[in-house]
Amino acid sequence: MEFQGYRRPNGKVGVRNYVLVIPSVVCSQGAAEAISRNLKGVVYLPNVFGCAQVGADREQTKRTLVGFGTNPNVFSVLIVGNGCENLPAKELAEAIAPSGKRVEYIEIQEVGGTKKTIARGKKIVKEMLAEAATVKREPIPVSELILGTECGGSDYTSGLASNPALGAASDLLVEAGGTVILSETTELIGAEHLLARRARTPEIGQKVLDLIAWWEKEAIATGQDIRGANPAPGNIAGGITTIEEKSLGCIYKGGTTTLEEVINYAFPPTKKGLVLMDTPGHDIDQLTGMMAGGAQIAVFTTGRGTPTGSPIAPVIKITGNALTARKMKDNIDLDVSGILKGKETVKEAGRRIFEEIISVASGKLTKAEKLGQRDFCIFKIGLNF
Amino acid sequence: MPARSKAIIINERDNVATAIGPLKAGSWVNLATQGRQEKIKILSTIPMGHKFALKDIGKGEDVIKYGEPIGKTTAPIARGEHVHVHNVVSHRGRKEGA
Repeated sequence: MEFQGYRRPNGKVGVRNYVLVIPSVVCSQGAAEAISRNLKGVVYLPNVFGCAQVGADREQTKRTLVGFGTNPNVFSVLIVGNGCENLPAKELAEAIAPSGKRVEYIEIQEVGGTKKTIARGKKIVKEMLAEAATVKREPIPVSELILGTECGGSDYTSGLASNPALGAASDLLVEAGGTVILSETTELIGAEHLLARRARTPEIGQKVLDLIAWWEKEAIATGQDIRGANPAPGNIAGGITTIEEKSLGCIYKGGTTTLEEVINYAFPPTKKGLVLMDTPGHDIDQLTGMMAGGAQIAVFTTGRGTPTGSPIAPVIKITGNALTARKMKDNIDLDVSGILKGKETVKEAGRRIFEEIISVASGKLTKAEKLGQRDFCIFKIGLNF
Repeated sequence: MPARSKAIIINERDNVATAIGPLKAGSWVNLATQGRQEKIKILSTIPMGHKFALKDIGKGEDVIKYGEPIGKTTAPIARGEHVHVHNVVSHRGRKEGA
């Protein structure tokens, strides 16, 4: 089975063809936004970090920004720095360059102010746009797809309809040789034993259990009850009572195949098939982590509705809640509420989702893309100093 | 799953069912899921998507959904009664005894 994608110089495959402007630091975010403004095909990352960070925290911010730069949905990259930040534009550009794409960087202090930076930046991205226009889609095996899975704004329909349906689609993609990323570690609490049982090796299974134990310990160490954050108030209003209940519904997204590996936040999968990325349950943190890890496309299930999109990738929104499908029509791509009415089986809905993934990968725009919804949020793991 | 059932039992080990529409106190629900026939009198108002007990559950016992424990009860729950945050706590992500 094939879709229409963009083959990159390093062999990776994109489903979109963006010119990406990355502010290396929050100080240059304004200039980066201005450079990308009113230029179709140019997007920027609303990065609010990039300075006064140390150790693993700095590394994670760098890895995430570099991951967006190397993501095959991105044709070429302009980094905009201020000049004195501790995550310099040059360092990011050098880390992205091995992907074989064009990477440039400019710094506001060196260019001489914001206006000149915007003018120079616009000139560079317009050149990049012209180059991007010369690449064409070609038939690509579905096995090249890395699908990010996510659920947010969950309610009772998530565990009964949309997540099992996404799971059926995940199984179809894995069967076709593709990769599926399951994430949101905190939302595996209470269901980890079921996932660990499906691991390729006992070591991978143990890694799942260790990860969940760590998150749970962290939650308890705050002296708080994790229920203050998860399930969220909207989850509870929607009928979800505990984190275990939410997790058991959540885990369906990954389907039923063998868990091939566990990877850290914003790292690329090294295996095909089902992989687990360690991320928080925070929707945008996890979406960002999966895209930085090379996912070209995501399917996002929701009960109560959510507008989420990504700067560089299509996010297909699915609900099993008929009311939400009607009420948030401009956000929801697929309605699988027929499952609860007995009008459609989980398997049939899964097939529909899989076909939508192929169409969207081949260029069909999602609702979030049409709305210009471009959420970005790095999972911060340390203090700013 | 029958098209017109007002509630769903996901796994045969479950001791709760999920209402797929709002249920009134005093109403009756017929459940025919996965080979199990149940006729249950609803004791409390159950909002759409919320759970009710399929059998009497004692205080401190596990609540089972998806065939797995989702928490334990903080009070006895009668068959047909609303099961939610007012009478169930998580086993997880919280200090023991909290």
